[in-house]
Amino acid sequence: MLNNFVTPDLFPVIPEIFLLTMACVILLVDAFIGNGKRWITSFLTLLTLIGCALITYLTMDGQVVLTFSNMFVDDLLADFLKLMLYLSMIVVVIYSRDWLAARQLDKGEYYLLVLFATLGMMVMISAAHFLSIYLGLELMSLSLYALVALDRDSPKATEAAMKYFILGALASGLLLYGMSMVYGATGTLEIGGVAQALHLGVANKTVLVFGLVFIVSGIAFKLGAVPFHMWVPDVYQGAPTPITLLIASAPKLAAFAMALRMLVYGLFELAEHWQQMLLILAVLSIALGNLAAIAQTNIKRMLAYSTISHMGFMLLGLMSGTVGADRHFALNAYSSAMYYSVAYVLMSAGAFGVILLLSRAGYDAEHLEDFKGLNQRSPWFAAVMLAIMFSMAGVPFFVGFFAKFSVLLAAVDAGHIAVAVFAVMFSLIGAFYYLRVVKLMYFDAPVDAAPIVASPDMRFLLSLNGAAVALFGIFPDALMSLCTYALLRSL
Amino acid sequence: MMEFKTFVFYVLSAIMLVAAMRVITARNPVHAVLFLVLSFFTAAGLWMLLEAEFLAIVLIMVYVGAVMVLFLFVVMMLDIDIERLRHRFWSYLPLGAMIGLLMVAEMALVLSGKYFSTEVLPGQSMPAGYSNTKELGHLLFTEYVYPFELASVILLVGIIAAIMLTLRQRKDSKYQYPLEQLAVKRNDRVRLVKMPSNKEPSAGQGEQSS
Repeated sequence: MLNNFVTPDLFPVIPEIFLLTMACVILLVDAFIGNGKRWITSFLTLLTLIGCALITYLTMDGQVVLTFSNMFVDDLLADFLKLMLYLSMIVVVIYSRDWLAARQLDKGEYYLLVLFATLGMMVMISAAHFLSIYLGLELMSLSLYALVALDRDSPKATEAAMKYFILGALASGLLLYGMSMVYGATGTLEIGGVAQALHLGVANKTVLVFGLVFIVSGIAFKLGAVPFHMWVPDVYQGAPTPITLLIASAPKLAAFAMALRMLVYGLFELAEHWQQMLLILAVLSIALGNLAAIAQTNIKRMLAYSTISHMGFMLLGLMSGTVGADRHFALNAYSSAMYYSVAYVLMSAGAFGVILLLSRAGYDAEHLEDFKGLNQRSPWFAAVMLAIMFSMAGVPFFVGFFAKFSVLLAAVDAGHIAVAVFAVMFSLIGAFYYLRVVKLMYFDAPVDAAPIVASPDMRFLLSLNGAAVALFGIFPDALMSLCTYALLRSL
Repeated sequence: MMEFKTFVFYVLSAIMLVAAMRVITARNPVHAVLFLVLSFFTAAGLWMLLEAEFLAIVLIMVYVGAVMVLFLFVVMMLDIDIERLRHRFWSYLPLGAMIGLLMVAEMALVLSGKYFSTEVLPGQSMPAGYSNTKELGHLLFTEYVYPFELASVILLVGIIAAIMLTLRQRKDSKYQYPLEQLAVKRNDRVRLVKMPSNKEPSAGQGEQSS
């Protein structure tokens, strides 16, 4: 056993090592600076994320490199998703700062947990072993549970954290049980090894499918797909808004990566089984998400249901990979799902960014009425919100339209025409609640006339975010071909 | 005549099942925790039979020694009214039991197949002097060093989160500052007030040195 051990090549893991080291440094620095100098922690956190992005970008070479006894993989897909991850975390930190400072919640632990959650997601994205997927997931989830409870004096946040924690632990248990079945059937937990054992046909199919059910349930929980969605609305509404922003953005990228690594890289031979499961999840999520969102008056809760339907769309792309044994469409389908996750993160970050922008000390703009007459208060940010809402609804020439379009195209290519029609119908229904926000902003008189105050960097970033939603809609090819290329070089 | 190991296995399994059953049926939460300790102990015994001595020791040290003792403290400190918690127990029992039994039956169909039967599983025993713990240690620090490090980071997150959620700088608590106490001067504590001697002193108002 000892003889064939190779000292791990640390080069591909440098971003992770850098992040971990910096997190420990920030932990110490933050312990010694006073409460008044929290900007140092915030600044160091941003610096760390930017440093990670630079390292990942500079060490990106398009090769698939495995290290740590085949537990860690560095490929173009991982690099691309990690860059997106850093970007969304930078956005989260900048959007959140003022909100947290106004409520005395900008503790050093917030920044640390954000960094550790980032590390967990990086591990998930780069996982080549079921064990690393699980540990990355736990690292991310534990940080998120604690972050939801950041505001200890709020009973709503505590309740949300409790629900999130208990259901999350249950989902982790399901996932682990599924993994143990995969291990029982194939004798390995390496994703490549599992795929090989399946390909050679030495593994017991019944046991594998049995394990697959649990793995898919675990993934569905983390994505918040129906019928594992119960936690989503409560957590989105109960958590402090910056934490909702965090939960609604980057973890979706990580969950996508996790699904891709386990189902496509590992259990591709079982595609006919998991595609059916994903189909059910997708159809239910799109239907329930869009219908339930109509009834909401709290915009955070509304966006939670909208997340559920968006994740349904993402799963629709993920399940359109193969038809029978024909893998011709696989690349298109998976890159459409990836494009959808990236587009969703972009839109979701913007939407919660506007909510944070409208909030101030002692007041949260979390009701739909708070958006009334936003156009008169700030035409520019009303336009940003307009772009995001149109994009989420799937109005043409915004990024969300092309995301939906490519997913539907993949579904139609795979022969799921009825499902595609169903999805279009429900996104039409969904357009109602997105357009209602636009109507409130432009055609109603403002209830709240307080001026909008925000730091210049947040204004700049939010404007950029809105512009990106519009620009990627006009030039969708850039992002789409990046996704396709990253997947092509990594599959 | 049953082999001795088989006999021990059945005895331990029976104790474990009864104890696990009592965990959820015991009315007194402290008893439930103690039954859980018992079931952990017997599970450790079963692992010992499987020659997984490291797991058995860890189970006893970590779960019984640390986690359950802590749990016992918490249960004793909290005033849990178990009857109030389960007053809807009987109304939910039929549906819950039905779903539970259905799932157990389904899982049993898959798991009781030939695939997981004892004939298929390797039953060879290791030579004397073979150390399970040593092998695990080797693996943990070579092949599995990446998950091992990740687990340590998860523990660090646990510490940070626990401190964040519980450490509270209370405004109403009183602290002693030894440095200030030692550095105090007479003038900080005592104020000498000059009073005209001919005036009638009113009771309780006169300030004076000690």
